[in-house]
Amino acid sequence: MSTLLEVTDLSVAYDTPNGPVTAVDHVNLAVAPGEFLGIVGESGCGKSTLLFAIAQLLRAPARTTGGSVVFRGQDMVTMSARALAPTRWRNLSVVMQSAMNALNPVARLSAQFADTMQAHGVRDKAAIRERSEQVLELVGIDRAHLASYPHQLSGGMRQRAMIAMALLFTPELVIMDEPTSALDVVAQRSLMLQIKELQQQLGFAVLFVTHDMSLVSHFSDRLMVMYAGEVVEFGSTRQVFDHPAHPYSQGLLDAFPSIRGERKALVGIPGTPPSLSALPPGCRFEPRCPVSFAECATTRPPLYDVDGVLSRCLLHDPAYSSHATTPTTSREGDDVDRT
Amino acid sequence: MTTLTEPEAQLSTQTRTEPPAATEPRWLLEGRALTRTFRVGGGLRRRRHLHAVDDATFGIGRSEILALVGESGSGKSTIARLLARVHPPTSGEIFFDGEPLSRLRSRADVLRYRAAVPMVFQDPFSSLNPAYPVSHAILRGMSLHRPDIPASQREEEAARVLTAVGLSPAAQILRRYPHELSGGQRQRIGFAQALAYRPQVILADEPVSMLDISIRIGLLNVMAALRDEQGVSLLYITHDIASARYVADRMMVMYAGRIVESGPVDEVLGTPRHPYTQLLVAAVPDPRAELTVTAEMAKGEPPKVIDPGPGCRFADRCPLALPVCRTTTPPLLELVPGVEVACHVAAEQEGRGEESMAAVG
Repeated sequence: MSTLLEVTDLSVAYDTPNGPVTAVDHVNLAVAPGEFLGIVGESGCGKSTLLFAIAQLLRAPARTTGGSVVFRGQDMVTMSARALAPTRWRNLSVVMQSAMNALNPVARLSAQFADTMQAHGVRDKAAIRERSEQVLELVGIDRAHLASYPHQLSGGMRQRAMIAMALLFTPELVIMDEPTSALDVVAQRSLMLQIKELQQQLGFAVLFVTHDMSLVSHFSDRLMVMYAGEVVEFGSTRQVFDHPAHPYSQGLLDAFPSIRGERKALVGIPGTPPSLSALPPGCRFEPRCPVSFAECATTRPPLYDVDGVLSRCLLHDPAYSSHATTPTTSREGDDVDRT
Repeated sequence: MTTLTEPEAQLSTQTRTEPPAATEPRWLLEGRALTRTFRVGGGLRRRRHLHAVDDATFGIGRSEILALVGESGSGKSTIARLLARVHPPTSGEIFFDGEPLSRLRSRADVLRYRAAVPMVFQDPFSSLNPAYPVSHAILRGMSLHRPDIPASQREEEAARVLTAVGLSPAAQILRRYPHELSGGQRQRIGFAQALAYRPQVILADEPVSMLDISIRIGLLNVMAALRDEQGVSLLYITHDIASARYVADRMMVMYAGRIVESGPVDEVLGTPRHPYTQLLVAAVPDPRAELTVTAEMAKGEPPKVIDPGPGCRFADRCPLALPVCRTTTPPLLELVPGVEVACHVAAEQEGRGEESMAAVG
């Protein structure tokens, strides 16, 4: 498997008056060409910061404190802004969270598309027009809307226009930060299906950040679960959903009411994620964990390889396997594999 | 006007937990043929009307959670605002405990209604004043809406409502500022604020959609507890159908300003009869089920309902549409006991097609 993007030991800190606070802590991941990688976690877990660090879009007080982001053979962390400019948007584009704010409200779509292309050296007006129409039609918006202002489009259309802009140069990697969170279910579903379709058609890889785990369940190849700046579980999407190895992933899955089957009381995950400036000394999930034991409060778990899934939980350590019981929040009918 | 002139007697917990008397109206809060239009477009000659809510008839029972679901722009929030008297209805009438709201005249009456039917907003980050501690938000509302509580006891009552929504220790929380609280805690304060008025119906407009998944369930459980322990009814507006199923007793589906289906939650979601409800149910992401919806099905957007003509508003996206769907608006018919559907095709399947298609308008 060739690698398009390789992130190694990437750490990001925010400088605060009380010293730096680590928001992304030694994250490793690799993305193959054409792969769909989902990144999920609660707000404040560092998922958006990670995306920004990968695209090297961090702004003070955030800064990359270590690690490398190798994209197409080049380390983006050490590249200068000038050297990064041609890569961004041509090879790697970002779709921001809220299309309502990311589009310029006083410019027609055509002007915003042209801006982007001109910034990358395309001067031919006819070529710009033709490409703009092409990408707009790719995402299922009539080309007539090139003359529209953002407020004339519905939320779903604006979000699709953002995606169209990201595809102007047919990039190899599209980074998406919660692109569907402002949409309702039907629009959300239709956008996800469209992203998947485009991805298969054009062959780009996707890094998709969301807090809604169920959203990516049918779309991502692999899934990474983040908690308090760390990767806590990383594996094939199906496997993470069917047999979540980490109690946090399990908790996230249990927090979803289903629209099928029996209605039963759910508990969610009690408590809130720890403050990044006052992290627990042991496992960061320990204070909220339903299956924690004494050592969890003192020992920082590494990532264990559990049948091809990485999981940061001491229960996977043979030394503590006696503590491994089915957690109380286990979903019925699910055989939780913890060996 | 019993309720509105003697709120204390009616609102006390004892009265509420007793079985409803025979004379009590079926619905606690009811909308009859509610319509709200907004004028859009400039110019005097081309004055057009956007029909945000059209001919909506529905009711919320006692100690009941009614979920109102639909796409953005379908009119859900307008319904809440009509019920909260933010907007007056263009036509139609709202009844509270059998009394029409148009009869509320004095400021005291209006205040009493607002206390009985408070609203909880979507964004817990902007609905609390950042310059004041939590106590301010709760005590101020109490001084306005709870004249029965002397000032010296307000703090005690504030602690009670905070405990009821799962915030403890209450005394500490009361002194905190909004920025010291998490999103989930802030939204609980929204509910505590409403609860401090001894409400009968809380209008909750997307109360959990800005919260993290792991915290949402906690809030939904608070809503269920308010119903079960405090006897409060809730209108729960959401586009998250799974959460509606989790917490609600009945569900009402809106599409482009019209109610298209309503009934007990399990009935509506288990056997969706309106094609739009069917699409909605199929679009819900469920990691435990196979993907059933296709891009083709999910295509399309709700129509802008500016000066709409007659006919079913879902017809353009509907796989089952008949010619009659484009000319005659399907009325909301009770096709199965307790389940109302506005669809000619569904009515026909129940042998009531003629009645549905004969409707005028």
